[in-house]
Amino acid sequence: MTTANTAQTEGPSASHEAASLEFREATKQYPGADRPAVDGLTLEVPAGEICVLVGPSGCGKTTAMRMVNRMLDITRGDILVAGRSVRDRDEAELRRHVGYVIQQVGLFPHRTISENIATVPKLLGWDKRRIAARVEELLDLIGLPADMGRRYPAQLSGGQRQRVGVARALAADPPVMLMDEPFGAIDPINRERLQNEFLRLQAELRKTIVFVTHDIDEAIKMGDRIAVLQQGGVLAQYAPPAELLMFPANPFVEDFVGADRALKRLALQRVRDVDLWTAPLVRAGEPVSEARAKLASSEVPYALLVDDDDRPLGWLSDRALTGERVSAELMSTPEPMVELDDVLRDALSDLLAHQVQYGPVLDHQGRVVGVLSIELLADAIAEPPEGE
Amino acid sequence: MSELFAQLQRRDRSGEDCVSENGICPDWIVDNLDRYVDPFWDHVYLTLTSVAIGFAIAFGLALLAHRRRWLVAPIVQVTGILYTLPSVAVFFLLLPLTGRGNTTAIIALVAYSLLILFRNVIAGFDNVPAESKDAGRGMGLTENQLLWRVELPLALPEIMAGLRIAATTTVGLAALAFLAGAGGLGAALFADINFRSNVLVAGGLAVLLAVALDLMILAFQWAITPWLRAAT
Repeated sequence: MTTANTAQTEGPSASHEAASLEFREATKQYPGADRPAVDGLTLEVPAGEICVLVGPSGCGKTTAMRMVNRMLDITRGDILVAGRSVRDRDEAELRRHVGYVIQQVGLFPHRTISENIATVPKLLGWDKRRIAARVEELLDLIGLPADMGRRYPAQLSGGQRQRVGVARALAADPPVMLMDEPFGAIDPINRERLQNEFLRLQAELRKTIVFVTHDIDEAIKMGDRIAVLQQGGVLAQYAPPAELLMFPANPFVEDFVGADRALKRLALQRVRDVDLWTAPLVRAGEPVSEARAKLASSEVPYALLVDDDDRPLGWLSDRALTGERVSAELMSTPEPMVELDDVLRDALSDLLAHQVQYGPVLDHQGRVVGVLSIELLADAIAEPPEGE
Repeated sequence: MSELFAQLQRRDRSGEDCVSENGICPDWIVDNLDRYVDPFWDHVYLTLTSVAIGFAIAFGLALLAHRRRWLVAPIVQVTGILYTLPSVAVFFLLLPLTGRGNTTAIIALVAYSLLILFRNVIAGFDNVPAESKDAGRGMGLTENQLLWRVELPLALPEIMAGLRIAATTTVGLAALAFLAGAGGLGAALFADINFRSNVLVAGGLAVLLAVALDLMILAFQWAITPWLRAAT
């Protein structure tokens, strides 16, 4: 049996520890329907992880999510939050302890942003000062200036409203969050930004999250584990993203994750996860013999000219290595320069866009720490990523 | 009836030229304004009481029908019949039961306002965004909390629109309340329907009252719906 620490600490940011979540043969059959919308769903979400429910429309993913806070009643089976059946809990009480974010956000148009965020703390009877402090803290957390708290939802942009929706769900620090296509109505650029922001938040908050999406790329990006549902509300596969991409359980999953699943796998790894090639770093004026020795011991066939701080200046031409000393005759600029935190898919895209085989990899100070090559990327596609 | 009109004829016109020529006489109006004060306040009382009672009943019915949607159709039918009954007929139907006086007039005016008010409250509830209700329930608001904290405030624009229509039409209908033995500007108007100055003042006051009530409700709505003004 799973356990959870729901002990409350004092202060506005009372932090509840995440709770585990377990579906046990959870089934939902609507009255009058011949088949269940969700059929015997069994899966366990460890405390503090994001479980993405993904699948085509009509696969029951939203239905499955809405059973957790009893927005829909379970027909058969059970769902346990922190080891406790949701069936045993009062609906309103349960929902006040489960964060709820929906695609249309559903902010109350007649309440200010602060009042919206304060909804659940108010229902829980927090005193005014504690609520005000918590609201301020959350506005800061989602990167909105404090004076925006006095505005009404209609005065905010779509992205800002979505952030407020997340803040409102986090207000009473629920151990479990339900998110139904939370970024679905946002344009692609802002969606990516919101996803990244949310992942940063989650790295700190470690909530147990059920995240519904129909977008496999979003699922791969957001999920610690992904549950792929197929028509009829049947679980096709439940696995971490890398495993899902490497070993799709059946043709449906294989088809759903897409023909480019090898490339998608690159999105799961960062440049720092790869054994980079040693860069043949050469400074102008150093003896050519030394430079040639470095070149011989590196997998990279060209020498990289750097300044005194190891910042890249460009790839040297053969002529630069003909005399006594290295001259600053460049064959090409050092672009594209790759950063350690870039995901491999972006790095590959950069190399392809510049039509080159090699890219210098920089650390946070802009110093060259190695070289990434197309060959290394090809190896990364072939091997299952570590960790996961 | 004959007794009623005999009583109305009793008011005599003073012998000035303008008056005897049946014109619009500022002097007469100024001299006789005080005779409209009581009818005016009677009119205000009839209107406000009727709209208040009508709203209380219509709102109660709307709350009842809000979670039991099947009730909407029968309520609309019944209040619709009340709405189409000519109010004069209602006065005379009620006279044997409730006698002459305010009660009879108010019952008829209330019956007339129910449909307008009921339909607007229901329309207001229907216009509450579904996602706000879903989010509210999902955060653990009980059905009662959802009603009073979310649905009702968001239904205010339609509810207030209903009140405005009900108030202005009731001002007009209350001008017939004198037929039921209640006072009001109607009594003053029909006291000398052929004298232009009288018709102008009595009618004008009724129009003024309707406009004033309309503006007051509008101002009230403006004050209690700050979020509608804040939209960028």
